[in-house]
Amino acid sequence: MENTENIIELKSISRTFADGFKAVEDFNLEVKRGEFVTFLGPSGCGKTTTLRMIAGFDLPTEGQILLDGKEISKLPPNERPINTVFQRYALFPHMNIFDNIAFGLKLKKLPKEEIKKKVKKVLELVDLEGFEKRSVSTLSGGQQQRVAIARALVNEPEILLLDEPLGALDLKMRKEMQLELKAMHDELGITFIYVTHDQEEALTMSDKIVVMNEGKIQQIGTPEDIYNEPQNAFVADFIGDSNIFNGIMTGSMTARFAGGEFRCVDDVPEGTRITAVVRPEDIEVVPTKEGQIRGKVTSVIFKGIHYEITVESGRYEVVIQSTKSADVGSEVGMKVEPDGIHIMIAEDDTNIFPVDMNKRHRLEFNGQELDTSLTQLIKGSHRNENHELINENGEVIDPDKIHVFCTIEPEDIRMTDDVDDEQVLVEGTISNLFYAGDHYSYVVNTEIGQDFIVYDEYLWNMGDRVGLILPSDKMRFSVKK
Amino acid sequence: MKFSRKTLGIPYGVFLTLFVVAPMIVLFYYAFTNGQGVFTLRNLTDFFTDPNTLGTLFYSLAIALTTTVVCLLIAYPVAYILATSKLKAKSVIIMIFVTPMWINFSLRITALKEILTLIEGNLAYYPFLNSVLGMTYDFLPFMILPIYNTIVKLDHSLTEAARDLGANERGAFLKVTVPLSLPGVVSGISMVFLPAMTNYVVLDMLYNSTYIMGSLIGSYFAAYNWHGGSMIALVLLGIICVFTLLTDSGEDDARTGGALL
Repeated sequence: MENTENIIELKSISRTFADGFKAVEDFNLEVKRGEFVTFLGPSGCGKTTTLRMIAGFDLPTEGQILLDGKEISKLPPNERPINTVFQRYALFPHMNIFDNIAFGLKLKKLPKEEIKKKVKKVLELVDLEGFEKRSVSTLSGGQQQRVAIARALVNEPEILLLDEPLGALDLKMRKEMQLELKAMHDELGITFIYVTHDQEEALTMSDKIVVMNEGKIQQIGTPEDIYNEPQNAFVADFIGDSNIFNGIMTGSMTARFAGGEFRCVDDVPEGTRITAVVRPEDIEVVPTKEGQIRGKVTSVIFKGIHYEITVESGRYEVVIQSTKSADVGSEVGMKVEPDGIHIMIAEDDTNIFPVDMNKRHRLEFNGQELDTSLTQLIKGSHRNENHELINENGEVIDPDKIHVFCTIEPEDIRMTDDVDDEQVLVEGTISNLFYAGDHYSYVVNTEIGQDFIVYDEYLWNMGDRVGLILPSDKMRFSVKK
Repeated sequence: MKFSRKTLGIPYGVFLTLFVVAPMIVLFYYAFTNGQGVFTLRNLTDFFTDPNTLGTLFYSLAIALTTTVVCLLIAYPVAYILATSKLKAKSVIIMIFVTPMWINFSLRITALKEILTLIEGNLAYYPFLNSVLGMTYDFLPFMILPIYNTIVKLDHSLTEAARDLGANERGAFLKVTVPLSLPGVVSGISMVFLPAMTNYVVLDMLYNSTYIMGSLIGSYFAAYNWHGGSMIALVLLGIICVFTLLTDSGEDDARTGGALL
C-alpha cells in the first residue's frame, strides 16, 4: 500500500518573479513513492525553478507543495527531507571528500563511528572506495559528480533532486552515469526528480516525464507515451526528430498535409485543422510513382545506424531516416503507413507559414517581396550601404541560415476571384468549406503546398479558383533559429 | 638586434637592480658592520636588548594589530552585506568606501584631526586611540575590497548545498562562507597590518609623539646612525618575511583571487 501513495504533490504551483516574469505557471504534479520523474524542456522553461521550489531555495508565489500530505512549501531547505545534486556539483572546496560527504551527518550529530561507516558505504555505492582523504580539486568531473551524488544520498533523503547533473560530462561518461543512476535508483528505492534538457536522457532513465515549455506543463506521461503520442506540436518537436506538418482532415480517417493525401488511424471529423507528426524513421523512400508525395533529395548524411535523408517537397523539407541511401538530386517518392502518422488537433486556425529571405535581404513569399522591416525583426541588426543585413556581430546574415515564419489570422485574409489582381499574394483552390455560425471557414490549397484557412462571410463554392490577399499590416513575423 | 619578449623585461631588471637589489646589499652591509666597517652582530644584539627599540617594536605591533582587528570587524560585515545583497546601488556603496582613497592622504588625516580635536578637546588625551582611528580610516578600503571580492565570487550554490544538507543560515555562513572567504581576509590583513607597522606619518599628523618602527628608523638615520637604523630596517623586513610566508601557506589551498588592489 505504501508503494502506491504519492510522496509529493505540487498543487497549482506558480512562481512569478519581481519583474513580472512567470517562470512557472499553474504546475500540477503527483509523484509516487520510488518513482523516477524527469522535468524535460528547453532552457528557461521553468524546470529548474520548479526543482528549486521543491528543494526550498525558491518559494512559490501561489500553490501548495505537499510532502507525504503535509504542506512544506514555506519550509527552509534544511528542514526538508530532500537533498539535491547540483548542476555544477557544488562540492565544498575547503573540505576533503570525507568531510564533504559527512557534512550533513555531522550536522545531525551522529556518532563518529556511524558517520565513518555511512561514508564508507556510500563511497562504495558510487565506486569511489578509499577516496576519503582526497581533496576535491584532485578529482575529475565524473568523480566529483559521484561525490556530489554520494553527499546527497548519505543523508537518506525521501526525495533526491538532480539538477542537470550530467550536463558537464562528456558523452561517454554521461551514458555510463545514466545507467548507473538508473541502477542506483532501482537499488535504493528513493524517489528521484531529475531535471534535464536532453530528451534522450529523459527517455532512457525516467518512469515519468514532465515536458515543460515557457513555465507550463506540456505533457506528463511515460517515455513511450511522450514519444509515440505527443499531445501538441511542441512536445512532438522537442522529443526526438520529427516532421511536423499543418494540415486538414479530408475524411474521417484521411488527412491532407505536405501536399499529399494520407490515410491515418486517428478518427477526427472531416474539415478539422490538424497538425500531423511523422517520425523520420516512419517515412519510406519509394519510386516516385508509388509515393504519396514526392520530392528532390537535397542531402544525405551517414549517421552510423542509418542515413539521414533530407527531401525537398514543394515548400516542405522532409527528414527521413533510412537504412538505404539515396542519390542527392534524384527525385524520390515518399510513403507513410497509417500508423506512422500521429494526428493532433490544431489549437487554433491561425495560419503559420515559412517565408524566405531573398538575395536582396528582403522577405519574400511566392516570389513576391513583403513589406516588412527585417532590421526590427532581427535583434541588433542593421543594413549596410549595399542594403545587406548585418547582425549584431557585424557579419552579413546568410539568407539560408535564417528562418522566418509569418502568422496571420484567418479572418484577416481576403479572397478575390480576380487572381491577376496585383495585391494577390498567392492563388489556390477551395478544397473545403463549412459554415461556422456567422461566417464560412474555407481551406484553400495552393500550388506551393501551403494550405490557408480563410474566414469569409460570403459563400464560395468547392473548387473555386481564388486569389488570396494578405494585408501587410496583419502579417506578423517571427524568427526561428 | 633581435627583439624578444625578454627585451621588454630589461627596464624592469635595471630598475630592480638599482633600486631593490643594490639598496638591500647596502642595507645588509650597514646592518652587520660598525663605524669602522668591521663585521659585527652588535647592532642586532643592541636592538633586542635596548628597551627603547623593543618598546617601539611592541607599540608598533599593538597599533598594527588593533588597527587590523578594527578594520576586519568593520570590513567583513560590510563586504558580506554588499556581496550578498541584491541592491542595485551596490557599486555606488562600494564607491563610497573607495573614493576616500582618491583624496590626498594628508588632507584626509588633517580633516580627521580637526574632527577628533572637536570631539576630544585635545588630541593628547588619547594618542593610541587616535592613531588607530587614523590608520583604520586610511586602510579600511584595503580590507573591504579583497574580502568583498572573494565573497562575491563564491559560488552561491555552495551555501545552497550547505542549506540543503541540513545547515541553518548561521551554520552555512560559518561552515562555508567564512572558511571560503579566508583568502580575502588574509590578503586584507597583510595589506593593513604591514603598512600599519610603519606608517608614522599618521602618528605625526595626529600629534602622537610615540615612535613606531617607521619613525624609529627615521630617527636613527637623522642622527647619522646608519648601522643601527639599517639593523632595525632589517628586523622589520624579517618580520614582514615571516608574516608573508605564514599568510601564503594559508592561502595556498584556496587561492581564489581576492587581491584587487
